[in-house]
Amino acid sequence: MLKDQDRIFTNIYGHHDPFLEGAKSRGDWDGTKKLLANGREWVVETVKASGLRGRGGAGFSTGLKWSFMPKESDGRPHYLVVNADEGEPGTCKDREILRHDPHKLIEGCLIASFAIGANAAYIYVRGEFYRETEALQRAIDEAYEAGLIGNNACGSGWDFECYVHRGMGAYICGEETALIESLEGKKGQPRLKPPFPANAGLYGCPSTVNNVESIAVAPTILRRGADWFAGMGRPNNTGTKLFNISGHVEQPCTVEEEMSIPLKELIEKHAGGVIGGWDNLLAIIPGGASVPCLPKGICDSVLMDFDSLREQQSGLGTAAIMVMDKSTDIVAAIARLSAFYKHESCGQCTPCREGTGWMSRMMARMVEGNASVDEIDLLDQVTRQVEGHTICALGDAAAWPVQGLIRHFRPELEARIEQAKKNAAA
Amino acid sequence: MPTLTIDGVEIEVEAGLTVLQACEIAGKEIPHFCYHERLSVAGNCRMCLVEMERAPKPIASCAMPVGDGMVITTDSETVRKARNGVMEFLLINHPLDCPICDQGGECDLQDQAMGYGFDRSRYAEEKRAVKDKDLGPLVSTVMTRCIHCTRCIRFATEIAGVPELGATGRGEHMEVGTYVEKALSSELSGNIIDLCPVGALTSKPYAFNARPWELTKTESIDAMDALGANIRIDTRGAEVLRIVPRNHDDVNEEWISDKTRFACDGLRRQRLDQPYVRKEGKLQPASWDEAFAAISEKAKGASSDKIAAMAGDQADCESMYALKELLNSLGSSNIDCRQDGANIGGGSRAGYLFNSTIAGIEDADAILIVGSNPRLESPVLNARIRKRFLQGPVSIGVIGEEVDLTYRYDYLGAGPDTLAEVADGSHKFAKALNKAKNPMIIVGSGALARSDGAAILGAARKIAEDTGMITDDWNGFNVLHTAASRVGGLDLGFLPSAEFSYGDMDVVYLLGADEIDMQELGDAFVIYQGHHGDAGAHRADVILPGAAYTEKSATFVNLEGRAQRTQLASFPVGEAKEDWAILRALSAELGKTLPFDSLADLRSRMIAATPSLGNLDEVTPAKWGEFGSNDAMASGAFISPIANFFMTDPISRASATMADCTTARDGGSDARSGTNG
Repeated sequence: MLKDQDRIFTNIYGHHDPFLEGAKSRGDWDGTKKLLANGREWVVETVKASGLRGRGGAGFSTGLKWSFMPKESDGRPHYLVVNADEGEPGTCKDREILRHDPHKLIEGCLIASFAIGANAAYIYVRGEFYRETEALQRAIDEAYEAGLIGNNACGSGWDFECYVHRGMGAYICGEETALIESLEGKKGQPRLKPPFPANAGLYGCPSTVNNVESIAVAPTILRRGADWFAGMGRPNNTGTKLFNISGHVEQPCTVEEEMSIPLKELIEKHAGGVIGGWDNLLAIIPGGASVPCLPKGICDSVLMDFDSLREQQSGLGTAAIMVMDKSTDIVAAIARLSAFYKHESCGQCTPCREGTGWMSRMMARMVEGNASVDEIDLLDQVTRQVEGHTICALGDAAAWPVQGLIRHFRPELEARIEQAKKNAAA
Repeated sequence: MPTLTIDGVEIEVEAGLTVLQACEIAGKEIPHFCYHERLSVAGNCRMCLVEMERAPKPIASCAMPVGDGMVITTDSETVRKARNGVMEFLLINHPLDCPICDQGGECDLQDQAMGYGFDRSRYAEEKRAVKDKDLGPLVSTVMTRCIHCTRCIRFATEIAGVPELGATGRGEHMEVGTYVEKALSSELSGNIIDLCPVGALTSKPYAFNARPWELTKTESIDAMDALGANIRIDTRGAEVLRIVPRNHDDVNEEWISDKTRFACDGLRRQRLDQPYVRKEGKLQPASWDEAFAAISEKAKGASSDKIAAMAGDQADCESMYALKELLNSLGSSNIDCRQDGANIGGGSRAGYLFNSTIAGIEDADAILIVGSNPRLESPVLNARIRKRFLQGPVSIGVIGEEVDLTYRYDYLGAGPDTLAEVADGSHKFAKALNKAKNPMIIVGSGALARSDGAAILGAARKIAEDTGMITDDWNGFNVLHTAASRVGGLDLGFLPSAEFSYGDMDVVYLLGADEIDMQELGDAFVIYQGHHGDAGAHRADVILPGAAYTEKSATFVNLEGRAQRTQLASFPVGEAKEDWAILRALSAELGKTLPFDSLADLRSRMIAATPSLGNLDEVTPAKWGEFGSNDAMASGAFISPIANFFMTDPISRASATMADCTTARDGGSDARSGTNG
């Protein structure tokens, strides 16, 4: 269990002052100038050495991502874009940072911008986060006032501007290139890659898009050292992580924990356990709506990190843990997710536009058992026709929950179909 | 040059190509819907997926640039599965109404479904239905058929420069349309019909007229403007049912204007199908013999300097040559091919050509447009200027009317005053021209068809010479004509040897000339040879029915000086004859038999006289020489000669479709109500 002195987000519950005075008392903005004085290369290398993997879901090395940015500008400005369009169902970690620890994010923006040679950062906040945007904007204004950002930020000689942009409620705008399109004022549809944002991103300029949490932990990593961060969790899955635990637990919560903590321990220690006890558990979705669910048998022993969950054909995603006990209609739960993806598909590319609708409609029938057993295989095939064939990852995200359901709960699906047949005959 | 391996075969291709293009070079056909080589890459249909070594997922070949050492597989099981999957997805919400779809038989979806589709549907859910959009009188929509390839959106935004189409809604509810329903305002809108890979956008006038396999396809040349667009005329029996573009990279790429495409229904209306002779003040049907006799009687009585001829805007070279020879043999040189009175011709050939060539527009880095609205005078050429505009920094200046040309330009002024400033170098745009490597001037007939046209031409010539437009490998002086016949006529020397007035003539021969003021002909005996009952025919004393441009093999020279030949797609209607043959027969009647008995004979004589007419599909460059005058220019703004793009010649004036377009443009059906119209 994570020791209190190793916590990065010490105001995640909002018990203290979220703004500048409070933030400073928690160590934010401490010696930022000195950190920057170590140079761009040092920042990137330290973050790389810490093993920090992107907290937005894909788990790509943050330091490596920063190192992809051109070392010298070819005349085009560089941009940092922060993805605060937190829309993944079950996820509410960035929200807490924006509400209660916005200065961590702003300081991180300055450091990350410095590391990638950007003089401007755009924070794209989910439109529904109205109060959070207010808090963030207030913190930014404070930071400007205090000379922490703006021209010659923190006296470092680096000029840095920070802008907040509110989204309009589309889940797809959380995809990094769709977010860039939306930020540019266009329809939020993912772009083709290549070119990657590091070559041509926002306004055609080299850009890096990072998740709020990835950026917010960067200052602490620099202050406390890469070894400290890398010393937590397992190799390749280092550091601490904000976990969101929701569903059938005694105390749903957001908690910072060490990576690679066993799932069972996490739930029992922090969320008060599954309602009705661990044996009442049916399944858990471990990383936000996009990843396949895991049945109890796997949950018993699985570790909460990228590689361990990958081995179980699921994923850490955003680390939003949705717990379902035995009272859950698992088919209906997954059908609801399919409906969500159908609603949120941008419609640009064929497999996702057509496939999400097909999957959702079939899932709706599966809930009633109004299908034939062959159709379970058809449904599985449809998910595989979508997966890996789309422009962005939304197609995969729509396919995986259904695949997880079929993989672990096929008997349930078949039983329903049998039952429906019997009911019809009677 | 990167080398890559495609299905085990190594191939070297140019850098910057996409994998799809490389595969096609390697002879591997990649199915696709959204990809189009003249549009930006969308990569959204996902049909062109191929396998790339070391890539975890299949890649969209249309969007992946080639790289050295790539290993591509286009025919593996994975690729096939991916394509089958995409095809199935495309079809689940497609209505599969091929039997009642106009695209049937020339539908990409239909064709590719033959290769990649299943033989039955596994989709048991409800299908999507989408409300149709009203895009005006030209494009018919069945939006349920749309596969969201966004080609039409990209065409409107990129090529046509009228960003009116877009996609609204998300996921399954994404719809292509104009959001606020309106007719497309582009002169190139018909091209989205060709681009649409399915039957979502089809031709409204052609709706339910024919199946593609019933049509006879004739490759020909357009005569609705001076561009000389390459077209294919589709006929069934005697009827021209539709006109579609052919690809010609140097002329029209693969676009044609809406007039070129849709005015063909005018070929069925108002046709002159037999000779007429005016008796007791009324035109009466007559036989060819009677008509010739009436002409003969008048012509033989007239003094040779009282006979004149005017060639219209769609006259072909062969008939102009025959008419010129006929007039000359009658002792008259009162001939003219400039209905609008443009002050061109007579001097150097370079003085009336689009010397830079159409493709050359892409090399220009400063463009001065004088007295022209290229968007109306030649929409496809205007699209070329827009293409150049999109390629990067270019300064474009306009002297004339301030209208939306679909690209940004500096508006310099309205008339000769500004032109004079540019000519004497005092205007700042003169500096832009001076600085440019390939500067270009485009002079339109709005500047030339005025009494001071020669002086304006002279000023333009001065600008060209002073700003370095004339070098060994670049000629930036361009005249933008509006008439298909114009350059051919000027090349043939269809010009008067001395000034004359049509009002003084006893006999006037109009070869398809309808655009002149008929009042000016006074009491002259007027012979009208042409294909439509338009202004000329109304004024005529004798009507000789001729052939439209779709009904004869004839030479037209486009504005660049490129000789191209039309082909006969259908026969002239009724008793009408090919135009050269009418003139040959008439010459015999007049006792001045022209020295050719066949079209081949005529052509060899014509080419001997004007060799450039024999270099088919080649631009014969012109030497720089004297033209224009140094007189003072008058005042008065330049006005484009085209007030209504849709009606500029006898064919388009007879076209119901063009009339609908005119109505739609002027406010459309909304303006009509129970009490108003």
